[in-house]
Amino acid sequence: MIELRGVHKRFGENRVLQGVDLTVASGTSMVIIGGSGTGKSVLLKCILGLVRPDQGTITLDGQDVTKADRDAFLARFGMLFQGGALFDSLKVWENVAFRLVRGAKPLPKAQAREVAIEKLRRVGLKPETADQFPAELSGGMQKRVGLARAIAANPEIIFFDEPTTGLDPIMAGVINDLIREIVTEMGATAMTITHDMSSVRAIADNVAMLHGGVIRWTGPVSEMDATPDPYVQQFIHGRAEGPIASVR
Amino acid sequence: MTAVLGAIGRPVLQALAAVGRVALFAAQVLGHILRPPFYLRELGLAVLQIGWFSLPVVALTAIFTGGALALQIYAGGSRFNAETVVPSIVAIGITRELGPVLGGLMVAARVASSIAAEIGTMKVTEQIDALVTLSTNPLKYLAVPRVLAATLSMPVLVAVGDAIGIMGGWLVGITRLDFNSAVYLKNTVDFLEGWDIGSGLVKGAVFGFIVALMGCYHGMNSARGAQGVGAATKAAVVSASVLILASNYVLTEVFFTS
Repeated sequence: MIELRGVHKRFGENRVLQGVDLTVASGTSMVIIGGSGTGKSVLLKCILGLVRPDQGTITLDGQDVTKADRDAFLARFGMLFQGGALFDSLKVWENVAFRLVRGAKPLPKAQAREVAIEKLRRVGLKPETADQFPAELSGGMQKRVGLARAIAANPEIIFFDEPTTGLDPIMAGVINDLIREIVTEMGATAMTITHDMSSVRAIADNVAMLHGGVIRWTGPVSEMDATPDPYVQQFIHGRAEGPIASVR
Repeated sequence: MTAVLGAIGRPVLQALAAVGRVALFAAQVLGHILRPPFYLRELGLAVLQIGWFSLPVVALTAIFTGGALALQIYAGGSRFNAETVVPSIVAIGITRELGPVLGGLMVAARVASSIAAEIGTMKVTEQIDALVTLSTNPLKYLAVPRVLAATLSMPVLVAVGDAIGIMGGWLVGITRLDFNSAVYLKNTVDFLEGWDIGSGLVKGAVFGFIVALMGCYHGMNSARGAQGVGAATKAAVVSASVLILASNYVLTEVFFTS
């Protein structure tokens, strides 16, 4: 279980997180929604230790993440970055197998390649893709490779940062279905950041809305449409009028 | 009065802070060099990129510099009938100063810029964050192999540049200045001492370290966007070039005046 209590983070005068409280139960899929620049990515990066919070605590299964053994802690995570964040200089299979050939128990290269090809197949990519470089792939294929890399080491927790941004609706649907399938199949805990409401409905068990540096609303996805919270209503219906200023 | 002091003090403090950050970065890189894991594949690729692919530019710089130096020394020496010093002065000038300094500046232009642009792009496209999430220390994976490769490759580049630079002087000497080939080579060898070459190689290693360190430092501290990467690239080349010239003076003081 991931628990955040009173998490604050500011960059200069910009107070991005102002006391975030959130609980993500093990084996569930939490989707965080909110406008651009509201600190959703910062929140994920705080949990991963890529950004150090100014205040508050973040625990994973009761253990403070800042005091955990970093390698052991990160070994439990997989992350799909917004732009894929694939390493340009490495072939696709080397990207997918990056963690497998390094770390405490590295796999032999041939075995790691086999695992990588299997993961690529799992996300709908042909084995021939393995020997291509990321720059040779389309945006949708890069996302899939990023997804294959995120799940390569069978992590317990997977983070997805804007998994469908920049994709056409069909490819976005494919990625959403893949994420849902993989999370269910692996029994992993998932946290996803997205603006895309079709993603929310496809991926989420629970939804949290981040606005003004705090969690405005959280609850099961089935209750999202019925909530009277005006912020949630404005966001999910994409209205220009409402408590969320359209010019930020 | 306070405003004047502030205007003077602020940039001074900023400069000192920048020096501190670079020193800390250098200490971290050095601290990681001897500690596992070692990324030998990345080291090999960096040697290839920094050392091998810089050979043509260093060789061209050296041959033209050697030739021009021979012409200048001949023209200057002829004012007091000292044309015969051309071979020895070319050799000493190339090995002690021009080989390492011009080679270092050319490598700074070629390598510091590419390292900064590559790492800067990796930063803005979240590849460095991705490395962290994959339990890989970016400093160890990206900076250490490049700094080590540049530090090891530059003395080799300088040695090759020295040989080609001296050859440039010899070519001009025998074709344009009517030197006898055997006499030119004998004068070169007779007056050249081991430390003339050794000091240049040590300088090369220091310059290589500076070039890669500046590339990595500015790349890793690149601001967002294309403009941020462009600024990091420019800063890497400028700072590496200035530091090469400054450290060259310090090393020359240490090696040849004490």
